[in-house]
Amino acid sequence: MRRLGVTSCLLALIACGGGDGGSGSGGGGGAAAAAAPLGNGSITGMVMFAGSPPANPAIDMAEEAVCAEKFTNGPTDPIVSVTGGHLANVFVRVTGGLPAGPYPEPAAAATIDQDGCLYTPRVVGVMVGQDLVISNSDPVLHNIKAVPTENRGFNISQPREGMTSTRSFNTPEIMVPLECNVHGWMNAYVGVVEHPYFAVTGADGTFSIGGLPAGTYQVEAWHETLGTRSGEATVAADGSATLNFTFGG
Amino acid sequence: MSWILPPSASTFAGDIDFLYYLILVITGIAFVVVEAGILLFVIKYRARPGRKAEYIEGSTKAEIIWTAVPAVTVVIIGLMSAGVWNNVKGRNSTPRNAIPHQVNVRQFEWDFVYRGADGQLGTADDFTVRNQLHIPVNQPVALQLNAEDVIHSFFVPAFRVKQDAVPGMAISTWFEATEVGEYEIACAELCGLGHYRMRAMVTVHSAADYQQWLADRTAAADEE
Amino acid sequence: MATSAVSLEPAAHTEAHELSFLRKYIFSTDHKIIGVQFMLMSWVFLVFGGLMAMMIRWQLGFPDRALPGGQLLPETMAPGGILLPEFYNSLVTMHGTIMVFFAIMPLLVGVFGNFLIPLKIGAPDMAFPRLNMASFWIAVPAGILMMAGFFVEGGHASAGWTQYAPLSSDPQWTGVSTGQQIWLLSIAILGLASILGATNYITTVVNMRAPGMTWFRMPLSIWALFITAILVLLAIPILSGAAIMLFFDQTIGTHFFDWTDGGQPILWQHLFWYFGHPEVYILILPAMGVVSDIIANGSRKPVFGYHSMVFAIIAIAFLGWIVWGHHMFQSGMNPTLGMTFMISTLLIAVPSAIKTFNWMGTMWRGNIRFHVPMLHAVGFVAMFVIGGLSGVFMATTPVDIYIHDTYFIVAHIHYVLFGGSLFAIFAAVTYWYPKMFGRMMNPALGKIHFWLTFIFYNLTFFPMHNLGVYGHMRRIYDPSQYEFLAPLAPLNKFITINALLLLVVQLPFVWNFIMSWFKGEQATDNPWEANGLEWTVPSPPPHGNFAEVPTVYRGPYEYSSPLVEEDYLLQTRKLSSDFDPAAAGAQEG
Repeated sequence: MRRLGVTSCLLALIACGGGDGGSGSGGGGGAAAAAAPLGNGSITGMVMFAGSPPANPAIDMAEEAVCAEKFTNGPTDPIVSVTGGHLANVFVRVTGGLPAGPYPEPAAAATIDQDGCLYTPRVVGVMVGQDLVISNSDPVLHNIKAVPTENRGFNISQPREGMTSTRSFNTPEIMVPLECNVHGWMNAYVGVVEHPYFAVTGADGTFSIGGLPAGTYQVEAWHETLGTRSGEATVAADGSATLNFTFGG
Repeated sequence: MSWILPPSASTFAGDIDFLYYLILVITGIAFVVVEAGILLFVIKYRARPGRKAEYIEGSTKAEIIWTAVPAVTVVIIGLMSAGVWNNVKGRNSTPRNAIPHQVNVRQFEWDFVYRGADGQLGTADDFTVRNQLHIPVNQPVALQLNAEDVIHSFFVPAFRVKQDAVPGMAISTWFEATEVGEYEIACAELCGLGHYRMRAMVTVHSAADYQQWLADRTAAADEE
Repeated sequence: MATSAVSLEPAAHTEAHELSFLRKYIFSTDHKIIGVQFMLMSWVFLVFGGLMAMMIRWQLGFPDRALPGGQLLPETMAPGGILLPEFYNSLVTMHGTIMVFFAIMPLLVGVFGNFLIPLKIGAPDMAFPRLNMASFWIAVPAGILMMAGFFVEGGHASAGWTQYAPLSSDPQWTGVSTGQQIWLLSIAILGLASILGATNYITTVVNMRAPGMTWFRMPLSIWALFITAILVLLAIPILSGAAIMLFFDQTIGTHFFDWTDGGQPILWQHLFWYFGHPEVYILILPAMGVVSDIIANGSRKPVFGYHSMVFAIIAIAFLGWIVWGHHMFQSGMNPTLGMTFMISTLLIAVPSAIKTFNWMGTMWRGNIRFHVPMLHAVGFVAMFVIGGLSGVFMATTPVDIYIHDTYFIVAHIHYVLFGGSLFAIFAAVTYWYPKMFGRMMNPALGKIHFWLTFIFYNLTFFPMHNLGVYGHMRRIYDPSQYEFLAPLAPLNKFITINALLLLVVQLPFVWNFIMSWFKGEQATDNPWEANGLEWTVPSPPPHGNFAEVPTVYRGPYEYSSPLVEEDYLLQTRKLSSDFDPAAAGAQEG
């Protein structure tokens, strides 16, 4: 068994070799489970898309009738989801200015569902060690394959409606792609962060990151095809700062 | 429990089925001879008091017979099979007028690539349909199997066609459907946890319907 | 004698009281103890493999229902008792692996190779007793390691027991990395055990035969085990090498089978089946050998055509090396090669037919005693024929296009390995049990076990041919996904129910095996009135086997000889007409 351990380490080294750094800082996450919030400040904002958004491709679900019938207008792949100039599915997180940990872990598990042969939500954030509950609302087989570069990947299946699986990641990584190989169009992204100060924009393009102590923070917004935007916000004690991002145009 | 093959719908299925039934008859006869012989012997020569078995060490004549008969039989089966095999899988067996398709195979989907209006594969107007192969009846179809990850196997039971798709190898296979209808395509080589659901459909159209379907698809492709 | 510390005479060891329990029963160098050890190990794995088969069958028969008791399995295998596809694939992989490598192969080669070779050729032990012990104690950790794979993250290897690359070589396609590496390491370790054993068997047979035990006086069981050992010695290193290559692909970044970087997935298939087909004969030749012994004994007649039986064994072993491509007819291999492999494969029908008809010839005009070993032996012949005949379908390349990778293959392999090998194992275990343990097994329980096994075995596996004829693919988790398989659902249920019953009817055998060990009737030296050398010594034989080196005067199958009144004639019994090599030597001197 010892030999195997060595082998696994060897594998991990090879797997990690591609990325630079990041492997040393992940250790603090697990111990901080019950820590109190560090503050009551928050950063809120809106993510906009300037100009006319690219058309999302149609999905050929003809050979998956139980999913296709969940759509009235024919399914499209919501890669760039813009409603009235508001951009959804942008992952926003604090990248600098935080005090040293430990950080409080979010109370609830993060969830991601497979519904109509699409992931909802398409983008989700988790803290290192936080549970991610994956569920299946379709009466068909989905497999969930995580293809991270920093974390250990997995490839599991949910052959029936109503099944759930719980997984977690132990190293920060932006982003861990999830894919379903039964339905090649299905993609989702999981942002794994070492702290709980992240959010995903909804259909109205808004986000809100709470529980922050007073300070000045660097913030980054990530979109799967449009790249990243950075900003900075200063939060007063128990105050709320506003930070907006604009993609496209 | 039936030994009858399910209905077939391709040109070479008849040859394959004939060989199957031929072997079924030959092995059936061998089966009956051997099993009946065993049954007969165990009844007839069961131990009875006061009796001794006959001291027989063998018979060269018998050995020659049961060496020669199976040898000749299997060689005949082999020779009869060779032609059919060559016709189905031989290097130059694909008919020249076959409609070419590329099939991109991956866990756990079949992407069938169609030629588009210019009649050439590998050009910009090619279009792809997931898990659906539409072909005309009575015209050969050649598939260029292109596995993108692991080994899969293209299997249409009704056409009696099966061919592994191996990543890194250019493998083609062909068939000619003889009956209009819809038939299931299965993956026959274990390819991972979704292997059992790697199902697709082949739709065999009449010549007119096929042209109509192609026109519809090409129009749809142009809109996009 | 009591005071001599060192003695080259094997007889001196017969009173070896001084051996501790540990040395006598655990780290024993006695081939008989090692044989029994292999048997106990193999039974455990046979049970594991059987339970895996039941889970597979449940899923196929009742794909929409949770496995009874499946709630006990972890969430990563069967949440709420519903088997997951990835766990199903692991089960399929491990059922094959366990049965081939840790049940049937050690039962035939490990158990009977060990127990029979020295006893039947008149040797005090194996040529290398310590190597023999090492062989067993290498096999045990390999087995434990193999089972441990179920409990690692990502689950056990799930690319099939054939481990086709790239599914097996890159963890991302299955989600299995540690389990896959464990599989490869375990197989490489087990391979070492097999190679050590084979070396020992070959050396022992070549060098340690008793005076008068010429090559053509050897029992067919020993011939088969000898040829098998040669196959093991040549085939297993290929598997070990291939496994190590795959392991390197997984761990240190080699690209033997990685098509994206100059490797060839199909190379794995060539290597695996170049080992794999001889492996099939490793699993069947010893079975044929022991069955030949038992049928001659049961029929009270010499084996019909002894010499052609020997040559048939050699022919099968030789042909076994040039047929591996028949596993790869649809793999994209050059179709011209398909033609070559078809002919060589079909030719194997010839020696197989010779053996079958010679077994029948042995029974012909016999005086057949239906003791339990004989029942199983006749069952072997009747079932092996079906496995052999179904092989003709697959050997024929055009028919193989259709039935390749269907349940027809599953039926075929089970007719060879269960109907063939396992029936032969039951025959051999019940036949040599008195010699192993000094007690008889209960014949009534034995007959009940045989008949129930024979019935439910056929009800389980025969219909699988019909599944295959209808195109039912193998290794699929849920056949209800396909419309064309819908009519087969009742047949799948029928098979599953019979498979469960097949497992249940093994209980009389388990009970009989265990209880007879303690309470069975005392066995005489020669309870079956057989001719072999092992029947001239006490049951069980002492350490060192023979009080004095036996002299052999004749072949092993002189049943119903006109020379004597009884219907058997021990190989060591000297008749006045026999030439005595010892006496002749004395006269010359």
